[in-house]
Amino acid sequence: MKILVCISKTPDTTAKIAFTDNNTKFAQDGVQWIINPYDEWYSLVRAIELKEKDAATVIHLVTVGAADSDPIIRKALALGGDEAIRVNADSHDSFYIASQIAEVAKQGAYDIVFMGKETIDYNGSSIGGMVAELLDRPYVSLATKFDLNGTVATINREIEGGEETCEVSLPVVVSTQKGMAEPRIPNMKGIMGARTKPLKVQEPIAVDALTQIASFELPPAKAGVKMISADTPEELVRLLHEEAKLI
Amino acid sequence: MSVLIFIDQSEGHIKKSSYEVLGYGAAVAKQIGTSAEAIVLGAVGDDLASLGKYGVTKIHHADAANLNSMDAQAYAKVIAEAATATGATVLVFSNNVNGKAIAPRVSARLKAGLVAGAVALPDTSNGFVVKKGVFSGKAFAHISVNTAIKVIALNPNSYQPAVTGGTAEVVKLATSVQPLVKVTATNKITGQVPLSEAELVVSGGRGLKGPENWGMIEDLAKLLGAATACSRPVADAHWRPHHEHVGQTGGSIAPNLYIAVGISGAIQHLAGVNRSKVIVVINKDPEAPFFKAADYGIVGDAFEVLPKINEAVRKLKGA
Ligand SMILES: Cc1cc2nc3c(=O)[nH]c(=O)nc-3n(C[C@H](O)[C@H](O)[C@H](O)COP(=O)(O)OP(=O)(O)OC[C@H]3O[C@@H](n4cnc5c(N)ncnc54)[C@H](O)[C@@H]3O)c2cc1C
Repeated sequence: MKILVCISKTPDTTAKIAFTDNNTKFAQDGVQWIINPYDEWYSLVRAIELKEKDAATVIHLVTVGAADSDPIIRKALALGGDEAIRVNADSHDSFYIASQIAEVAKQGAYDIVFMGKETIDYNGSSIGGMVAELLDRPYVSLATKFDLNGTVATINREIEGGEETCEVSLPVVVSTQKGMAEPRIPNMKGIMGARTKPLKVQEPIAVDALTQIASFELPPAKAGVKMISADTPEELVRLLHEEAKLI
Repeated sequence: MSVLIFIDQSEGHIKKSSYEVLGYGAAVAKQIGTSAEAIVLGAVGDDLASLGKYGVTKIHHADAANLNSMDAQAYAKVIAEAATATGATVLVFSNNVNGKAIAPRVSARLKAGLVAGAVALPDTSNGFVVKKGVFSGKAFAHISVNTAIKVIALNPNSYQPAVTGGTAEVVKLATSVQPLVKVTATNKITGQVPLSEAELVVSGGRGLKGPENWGMIEDLAKLLGAATACSRPVADAHWRPHHEHVGQTGGSIAPNLYIAVGISGAIQHLAGVNRSKVIVVINKDPEAPFFKAADYGIVGDAFEVLPKINEAVRKLKGA
């Protein structure tokens, strides 16, 4: 079994969101970078669990990013995974990134490609579907559970107001979210071991970006909160009914 | 030339988010001077022709039984082929569970630039630029699409469709795809509005102390016809099911009203809910950060305040 896990570098969830260069660039000063939580907590940890059940499983990690992604990919290797590939390119276009990942996936003939359901910075939810299309493979998105029985995967995925269970034969591309696995933290052995695991850097294939970011914008500030006394909570109901006209 | 809109159905019923994309797609068509057509896959119980009232002239219905449940690979192929046949230059999806699976595949298949999570109509004054949410609700980006064909996935609850009247012509679409993903079981909470589609949401946090205290949250939700949500620690502790977890690492929602009870308002929580139009915060700590993001607030003990609110709503609704 060969699994490819996509790893993305994102700002920490508490990072201050601000922009520079006339609102065209994300202000990176002082920003702490983390592994995109959906990639780490759900894709990577689930892959590691599958390897714990079947030692013959091989896990490769892939990231598309510049050299400043190396600490993130090492952090991911500290959790688990046998080796990593970094495609040396910096892009915010989903199709460009997906094309690079699909290329790596083709070279490695993976049975499963996992990635988080989205990154917490650009919220594209697009890489999985694009990679699957470029590989012409089935895609199960927003997965909350993944089990293997030989070469058939049983996957739970989110639907409006619930979940459904699907079956699909490998190979498959899967985007993951809460439910797949429980977050883990790397142990000392993992951290030491990660230093010597192979991290291959390869150059990107030529692909045209289909989109570009023209500018960013921060949401307008709230007008201020109207406080209601705890002694008269029925006043809130009146305001929601008469003023906000929502109930 | 045309705009092609994907109508999403579940068990034969058209989803609420589909009405939003129909109205949105029709508005885009008007803006770029073309007509709007739609496509629906699988058996549908609802009347399709009447969807013309949102401004679509033609609906392509691929009703093969093997399309009743969503397989992104098969769906994308059918939709992309229909887009080519109708000469679509813009494709519109909802950025809902199925849209997130299908739109990226269609984008890659047609080499058509995708904006996922659009919150407004495109700006076509200089190119084709679409505003979308980024940084999990903390900012917006304006994305310029460079390709001849564009794909837009519209965030649920971000566009109010206009009803203009009219009926659409419904044409059957023959297909020959073989879906590889088989759905074997469905587990849906019945009798409740799905969180992603809800206009009103009542949400509880760790301040409620334990799952046994959710009765008053559920009562309020039921009285209002609202969905229920929760903060992450509440889902982590299994007080509530995972799908209720909202925030940066859970669901991202944009209801008209979000009532937060016993939730502190951590930045990661706000990220998932700050697109709500009106936010009500009930918290016993006047310093809770959530009050800064709120429209209405009550500083008080939820266990005293909420039953009184429920009583007042019950009176209002005459229930
Ligand atoms: C990487 C990362 C991702 C995260 N993602 C998310 C996410 O997606 N969603 C999310 O919600 N959190 C997320 N968190 C966690 C987040 O930081 C907060 O810890 C969490 O939101 C707090 O939940 P809470 O408000 O329910 O609990 P608490 O912070 O414990 O707050 C409880 C609140 O209840 C109030 N209270 C107590 N008793 C009463 C009472 N009787 N009546 C009224 N009020 C009362 C208290 O004053 C307090 O404000 C994330 C954290 C990290 C590090």
